[in-house]
Amino acid sequence: MKILIVDDFSTMRRIIKNLLRDLGFTNTQEADDGVTALPMLRNGDFDFLVTDWNMPGMSGIDLLKQVRADPKLVSLPVLMVTAEAKRDQIIEAAQAGVNGYVVKPFTAQVLKEKIDKIFERVGGG
Amino acid sequence: METGHLGNDEKFVAELQDCAKLLIDKLQNNHYQDASKLIHSLYEVRDRHIFQSVGKLTRALHDAIVNFHVDADLYPEARDSEIRDATDRLQYVIKMTQDAANKTMDRVEAAAPIAVNLGQEAHALKMEWEKLRRREMSKQDFARLYGRVDDFLEQMDEGSNQLSQNLQAIILEQGFQDLTGQVLKKVIGLITDVEKELVNLVRIAGQVEEVAGLAVDKPDAGAGKSRPDKSRVDKSLVDKSAAEGPQIHARPDVVNGQDEVDDLLSSLGF
Repeated sequence: MKILIVDDFSTMRRIIKNLLRDLGFTNTQEADDGVTALPMLRNGDFDFLVTDWNMPGMSGIDLLKQVRADPKLVSLPVLMVTAEAKRDQIIEAAQAGVNGYVVKPFTAQVLKEKIDKIFERVGGG
Repeated sequence: METGHLGNDEKFVAELQDCAKLLIDKLQNNHYQDASKLIHSLYEVRDRHIFQSVGKLTRALHDAIVNFHVDADLYPEARDSEIRDATDRLQYVIKMTQDAANKTMDRVEAAAPIAVNLGQEAHALKMEWEKLRRREMSKQDFARLYGRVDDFLEQMDEGSNQLSQNLQAIILEQGFQDLTGQVLKKVIGLITDVEKELVNLVRIAGQVEEVAGLAVDKPDAGAGKSRPDKSRVDKSLVDKSAAEGPQIHARPDVVNGQDEVDDLLSSLGF
């Protein structure tokens, strides 16, 4: 399981990386915004994308839209982990095809739950 | 709003030139009374121009005060200012950092005694174990050691679980750096905007001085282009997808925690 973590704050990338490691996911890579992440996704064989929303360059929502528009990445599971908490934004992310949405600050339990749920659904579907 | 300082200037200069021509005409033809009237109107034109410039300066000053929030009691309109919002944001940063520091220390304080106890018990058991190896242990002592090892293994199991839970919580607590960083970036943006406004204010003040004849000669001062008021973006025009960063206040259009996110998503069929 290869996972890409996208967040402009290195501390948050480190936190998510740590939590994922505790959950048994050790193969992770990092990018600091959508512009960096997109070519990595296109050229790498990632199984899962965890992205923030608010980033310079390309935001997480734009990254999600690009991912869904790419035939190679269209079914890549995407979890958004963000401080953006407006209802309109959550709806927009859902419409853009996000697989899970976690608001910051979050707990390890919530992150695990959402990831489990995504893989359950992806595996079952 | 500002149709242009230059436009006003041109009108002002044109009026001055017209008056001057007429004045020479009247004086040459000995029409002193008319000439006196013209001189009076010259004064009027100049005064009007100064008044207009002072008006602009006052307006800009007013805006700057509203933006800067000097005193909300003196200027009630300042209550909803962005600076006020920035103050709230900075308070949020203080609260987040304080909470994170306290929670991190709470976790360390909870973990430290567990590590100390496990260490002490391990040390004591090691001494007993060495006794056993030197065959200095009675049957009774051995039976006690047997039970003690049993207890220790249980403590170890539970203790290491608690330790790793606390360590994970400490890592997670560092998320404050991201959340406060986003808020601080917004405040820095606002300060940059206010700085621009103030620079504009200084520029307008310079124009008033120039017209009033107070300026120390600065021939290029009039060359400043009129400023389109673009430094502040109309909020209604802001892109809906634009990131807002952490929410500081509870609002009806904002979810309050992960549970509400889950409810909203499940209502959308997730």
